[in-house]
Amino acid sequence: MLVDFATVLVFIVLGAVTVALMLGISRLLRPRNPTPVKLDTYECGEIPIGSAWVQFNIRFYVVALIFLIFDVEVALLYPWAVVFKKLGLLAFVEAFIFIVILLAGLAYLWKEGDLDWVRTLQETPAAKEGK
Amino acid sequence: MMESLAISLVNAVPVLSGVPLWTITLLIMVMVAAVVLTFALTYSGLATYVERKVAGDIQARVGPNRVGPVGILQFLADGIKLLLKEDIIPAKADRFLFVLAPYLVFVGSFAAFVVVPFGVGLIASDLNIGIYYVMAITSLVVVGVMLAGWSSNNKWALLGGMRAAAQIVSYEIPVGMALLPAVLIAGSLSLQDIVRSQGGLFGIFGWNLFHNPFTFLSFFLYYVAALAETNRTPFDIPEAESELVSGYHVEYSGIRFAFFFLAEYGDMFVVSALATACFLGGWHVPFLDAEALPALWGNLFSLGVFLGKTLSLVVLMMWIRWTLPRLRVDQLMRVAWKYLVPLTFFNLLGVSLWLLLFHGKGIPQMIASLFG
Repeated sequence: MLVDFATVLVFIVLGAVTVALMLGISRLLRPRNPTPVKLDTYECGEIPIGSAWVQFNIRFYVVALIFLIFDVEVALLYPWAVVFKKLGLLAFVEAFIFIVILLAGLAYLWKEGDLDWVRTLQETPAAKEGK
Repeated sequence: MMESLAISLVNAVPVLSGVPLWTITLLIMVMVAAVVLTFALTYSGLATYVERKVAGDIQARVGPNRVGPVGILQFLADGIKLLLKEDIIPAKADRFLFVLAPYLVFVGSFAAFVVVPFGVGLIASDLNIGIYYVMAITSLVVVGVMLAGWSSNNKWALLGGMRAAAQIVSYEIPVGMALLPAVLIAGSLSLQDIVRSQGGLFGIFGWNLFHNPFTFLSFFLYYVAALAETNRTPFDIPEAESELVSGYHVEYSGIRFAFFFLAEYGDMFVVSALATACFLGGWHVPFLDAEALPALWGNLFSLGVFLGKTLSLVVLMMWIRWTLPRLRVDQLMRVAWKYLVPLTFFNLLGVSLWLLLFHGKGIPQMIASLFG
């Protein structure tokens, strides 16, 4: 059992060693003459303005939150799928209830407009009341 | 499996009996990993060449044709060129994370090869959590891509990295859900068990693809979601060159860039291999049981069959890439959350209801039982 997973460790170590080795070989062969302009951030030939570490679209954060919920669900459904044949009807009913609860959540997100990437403020009920 | 191999090796070669068993097991593992690595690198190189040839054919031009016969050595020339190129780490970048990112991306992509069932006995390690493991380990790629985008301190790279992360995590849900029917039918997460569950007398109708209408749909849902997860066109908005130059790896040059490239082609192979193993019968072919053949021929034969199916799916991905235009970022999210996620849920309930109502029998089995 554990020996099976040792293979995974061997693969991970070998993968990392390969990257290190190829970087090492490349270091021996490649030229190295950096200049300030060469090491500058690429911005289509313009001189970059400010840092790139700025605030970015909040949508990415919302997607991460939605993902978290559904990924946990998928993780839970895998063991369920393995024993499904043994448990039969009981397993189906349980998974059905589980999925319906989560789909209700998805429907709520859909209605609230959290699944839309481009979203105007007028679409939310709160904004409508505020008008 | 490795342990039993080591034991049989010791029995065959008595000189080795003085060496501790774990050393021999470890050596065998390293050798297996090295073989898989060689395969993965060669495949990735040749795949870049094939991709450019496919692109050439579709756009009515020749493609690479200078290095070697019909340009087939182009990938070696490219590899050497990338090795010789100057390595540039931008002065403003976060050096540690910038260096770390290619490791994560490459290791995440390569480690998924552990459970790819190449043939009857050809699997590096038949983990009992096979599919689950692939989904977990390929998530490392997302972390690497995000780190690459963030650490570059470049606006294009940051946007590309964030988009890639949002896209990959969004499409991970449909990918996971679309693979569940195969697990339901086999009752196991091990990829070899899933492949074996599709054998039998029905030829290609034993494959999960033809088990019932829902599994048929599952395959296509999986393939679309997997295309998006590997950031291939029409879902390549993270690297959309017309708006983001090249996305998260814009600041990477030389051999560091090559690792992102290798990982992308490795990922393409892994998702195609999963599709083959879960829906297209893995190494099964109609009317010939590879497991009944003598071990050597059975393994070689099943390896050929599996690679044939998987590489066809890889070429299909290339074909799609050069045929379809790219989706916009909001369309991309809409496809994932509003179409694929509800559809895969519906599909999962459909498959499980089918298995319940017809006691696990597929359509081909039911038709066969009609004729006694």
